[in-house]
Amino acid sequence: MVETFYEVMRRQGITRRSFLKYCSLTAASLGLGPAFVPRIAHAMETKPRTPVLWLHGLECTCCSESFIRSGHPLAKDAVLSMISLDYDDTIMTAAGHQAEAILKEVMTKYKGNYILAVEGNPPLNQEGMSCIIGGKPFIEQLKHVAKDAKAIISWGSCASWGCVQAAKPNPTQATPVHKVIFDKPIIKVPGCPPIAEVMTGVITYMLTFDRLPELDRQGRPKMFYGQRIHDKCYRRPHFDAGQFAEAWDDEGSRKGYCLYKMGCKGPTTYNACSTVRWNGGVSFPIQSGHGCIGCSEDGFWDKGSFYDRVTDIQQFGVEANADKVGGAALGVVGAAVVAHAAVSAIKQSKNKSGNDQ
Amino acid sequence: MLSSQDMQEAAAHGRSVKAVYVYEAPVRLWHWVNALAITVLALSGWFIASPLPSQPGEASANFLMGYIRFAHFAAGYMLLVGFLGRLYWAFVGNHHARQLFVLPIFNGTWWKEVVFELRWYLFLERNPKKYVGHNPLAQFSMFTLFLTTTLFMIVTGFALYGEGAQEGSWSHTLFTSWVIPLFGQSQDVHTWHHLGLWVMGLFVLVHVYAAIREDIMSRQSMVSTMLSGWRMFKDDKP
Repeated sequence: MVETFYEVMRRQGITRRSFLKYCSLTAASLGLGPAFVPRIAHAMETKPRTPVLWLHGLECTCCSESFIRSGHPLAKDAVLSMISLDYDDTIMTAAGHQAEAILKEVMTKYKGNYILAVEGNPPLNQEGMSCIIGGKPFIEQLKHVAKDAKAIISWGSCASWGCVQAAKPNPTQATPVHKVIFDKPIIKVPGCPPIAEVMTGVITYMLTFDRLPELDRQGRPKMFYGQRIHDKCYRRPHFDAGQFAEAWDDEGSRKGYCLYKMGCKGPTTYNACSTVRWNGGVSFPIQSGHGCIGCSEDGFWDKGSFYDRVTDIQQFGVEANADKVGGAALGVVGAAVVAHAAVSAIKQSKNKSGNDQ
Repeated sequence: MLSSQDMQEAAAHGRSVKAVYVYEAPVRLWHWVNALAITVLALSGWFIASPLPSQPGEASANFLMGYIRFAHFAAGYMLLVGFLGRLYWAFVGNHHARQLFVLPIFNGTWWKEVVFELRWYLFLERNPKKYVGHNPLAQFSMFTLFLTTTLFMIVTGFALYGEGAQEGSWSHTLFTSWVIPLFGQSQDVHTWHHLGLWVMGLFVLVHVYAAIREDIMSRQSMVSTMLSGWRMFKDDKP
């Protein structure tokens, strides 16, 4: 029997009043107008729950940890009422052959209609032996389950970009999902971890509208990754005023000045931390006094220090930033110009004296 | 139309001076507007990457970083508009106006002249040649150092500008939307844009030195030509 979301929620003792409150909260958190509340309610009342298969590759489970702390909607609602989380080897009760059997059952029963959520990524070196799930390399499970999926959600920076396990020299050749699966729509939800409400928000959107959220060129949902941390940072007025913390224990730090000079990556990081914030909207890194490290950006782990504004350039194989490279080049050329000018002056005076005679 | 120094030199050497009109008014105007824009861009850009010491007082009473960024963006627009105007003039101006944009790389003689100029700068040639427009080596470095760097800075610069202007703005649509994915992420674009500042600095150093040196040592005027438009020759020899 196929249950709708609404039926499941009612069965769990949720009143219609709470249900409608939940619908309006969800609409608000997605940035939608009040007109969308009845549409969300209607969708919840009529649509069957979409099965989600949640696979874990090379990862640290921080995405799951974040997800289960979602406040709007509650992770409980997301997992038990909205979606049908049928496989998640980290939190499911079943284990071993029983667990793998569920995977097979959902894949046949809902062929082409389930969502594949991937946390972590497959390592490709040593024939994928660095990550074994159910006795097989993770890459095999990933490709197998992806084959009949409707869409893939890449949870976190691991699945989206590669993250720390893909840092140079990437010994296991950890590879993000979009570089091994090419024939399915992939939604990247980067971050280490992503914000809980962003994760549940993406799922809610997909269920409500039965389509993927609008993505940017790099495959991230525009509604959460369309702006930089810097654009909506509450310390932005201090940036514009030219008021910066210059050390971790100085007056500027205490007064909550901009952390730009301390290497904050807010100006180059696309995420919703400064608007949605963390732990139910309590705080986010900059509010806690530390700069953003840019964890939702591609390659953030290989872009030099978290505490430099002008970061090192890795392309040359040396540890130097643009100012050191440019300063050295300018010094060399400057010295060459001076030397050249000196020789030119000698030559000119010789020519002059030659002409005068 | 001779500059006072050229007059004196011409008089001192007792030679007749031949002059050719090379740089038309729009080219000269662009040159100096561009020079001003680059100076403002370099200075303000430096202070965006490495801001001045923290300002005292309330945030509402200060707007230093805002003004610096405004100067940078305004000068950036000047650079872009100037560049577009200069590009237009390459089509409608005289043939010297096209030198900046087209390298005659399939012309063997031109390459020989490049080598000759290199030898002149390496003190291997006793006497310089006469050129009405850019000498081939100058043309080569104008194209590789100046033109490509300027284009690179305009593209990366407006891609970064579009980040703040956000989606829907012309700079985001035209540049940010593809430049950021091309480089990987925003921080990379910042780093390379910053490196571009140093390349431009190198160009200015070499450009100013070469112009002054050639003004003194070559057989034609240099600095005054970009002011008056006329190229003076200091002798009648071919």
